[in-house]
Amino acid sequence: MNGLDINTDLARSILTGFIKSETTRSGFQKAVIGVSGGIDSAMSCFLAAEALGPENVLAVRMPYKTSSQDSLDHAQLVIDATGVQAITIPITDMADGLINQFPDMAKLRMGNIMARCRMIVLYDQSSAFGGLVIGTSNKTEILLGYSTQFGDAASAFNPIGDLYKTQLRQLAHAMGVPQVIIDKAPTADLWIGQTDEGELGFTYAEVDKLLYLMVDERYTPDECVEAGYERKFVETVVKRIQRYHYKRVMPPIAKLGNRTIGYDFLYLRDWGT
Amino acid sequence: MKVKLALAQINTKLGVVESNLEKHLNYIQRAKNEGADLVIFPELSLTGYVLQDLVPTVAHRATSDDPVFKELLAASRDIDIVVGFAEEDVRNRFYISSAYLSLGKVAHVHRKVYLPTYGLFDEGRFFAWGDSVEAFDTRFGRAGILICEDFWHTSSPYLLWMDGADLFLFTSASPGRGLTSAPELSTAHWVESINQAYASIFTSFVIHSNRVGFEDGLHFWGGSTVFDPNGELLAKAPLDDEALTYCEIDLNQLHRTRARLPLLRDERTALVQRELMRILKRDDSRSGR
Repeated sequence: MNGLDINTDLARSILTGFIKSETTRSGFQKAVIGVSGGIDSAMSCFLAAEALGPENVLAVRMPYKTSSQDSLDHAQLVIDATGVQAITIPITDMADGLINQFPDMAKLRMGNIMARCRMIVLYDQSSAFGGLVIGTSNKTEILLGYSTQFGDAASAFNPIGDLYKTQLRQLAHAMGVPQVIIDKAPTADLWIGQTDEGELGFTYAEVDKLLYLMVDERYTPDECVEAGYERKFVETVVKRIQRYHYKRVMPPIAKLGNRTIGYDFLYLRDWGT
Repeated sequence: MKVKLALAQINTKLGVVESNLEKHLNYIQRAKNEGADLVIFPELSLTGYVLQDLVPTVAHRATSDDPVFKELLAASRDIDIVVGFAEEDVRNRFYISSAYLSLGKVAHVHRKVYLPTYGLFDEGRFFAWGDSVEAFDTRFGRAGILICEDFWHTSSPYLLWMDGADLFLFTSASPGRGLTSAPELSTAHWVESINQAYASIFTSFVIHSNRVGFEDGLHFWGGSTVFDPNGELLAKAPLDDEALTYCEIDLNQLHRTRARLPLLRDERTALVQRELMRILKRDDSRSGR
């Protein structure tokens, strides 16, 4: 049995229940999702449409001038398949307002600016549409820190953050996400020709199996090597998990008083609901 | 003798006792209207589960002058009730407790003896450990209550069994986990398996009331069950949805099963005691606390 195999009916039922619960108990009926044309945001959009009704979901396409036409087209496929409401808000002007002030800006900086511009657009639409921003980060990228802090990682809640990319593909298939979206090479599309797997240096299929052993099954790095993974690969992944942990936690607050937020002022977000 | 059980598989509002109480009274009334004899609510049914710093603000005492229990006790005049709550004792220690209310009186309070404090659980940080596992008499024979982690330790139902319980009343707020290719979460599978195993090996009724709903990302899966002394599944509530599930049990099944399978008769308690004493006296074994 492959530990990454999931019962997609069960996942679907729990995740739509979660979306409905977290949305309505915060006093909302609606959701806003940045739809990129990739599988992660497609999945969040399909789940939200099922949980809240397509009329209560706003899909936002946010192309930059270098974004590929495929991304826009695939996002449209998601919008058409789910019947959600949609709006397209280009971010070129707002991103270039900053980018053009630094002619030698590195690609990574530009990518982070784009991701954060999209966050601003989504939270603005959240206010305009009256819906919560639903997250689109999967477990693989959260563990590897492959995201922009306060950018694509920002959301009100995240239904897909405990599913590895490999598992999302199973769920996407079961829920009828268009095959072209499931099959294409994952990309942040922050610059031309960028692919996740090219940038990371390994495939999701490989790293998901390793992450499953390390995180879910609590294998030590040595045990992972014994299980057949290359030591260098294991070490790279271990380092990434540790190095990017800061993206997974709230910024620490320096403790001075008897009761400090984050340490001994402990309440769930669902407090009182 | 036949007893009509009602498993009140509810969702709760986190830390809002008055609103949860209202739901309890509503479910109790419905169960009463259907002629149920005993209605069983899940763990911490009056408060919600992940209470953290809310504990001191939602805790109550199971006494007739407590405003919440006053209403529940009044409701218990016609139907017996198992209710889950955060309990504050006279010296201001807080427990995860379940009370058995009957004929307007508190018949028994069980304080959870095993507080999971590992993985996603943090109960030992916020609650005191209960320190007794006792059966008690009801209108329907002798019963015992265990709360969630309590029944992951075989000694707890064993003690109830030895103390005369034929009805095992289990309550949980079990966060679902372990998504695999199977049609149920690993947690649901394991809880159901051990409940069935206890019913079979203790030749007793095992009644489990689990909650539903979400608290932040935690998902409570429901699936409350009743197993008879043969280990047969008599009733199962739906997964994930609130439900009031009825199940009539025939207490004479205890007679029939134990006539066939005299496990209780043959249980060698003095041997257990002797061996346990020997084991606990060993210098190289400090496993018993």
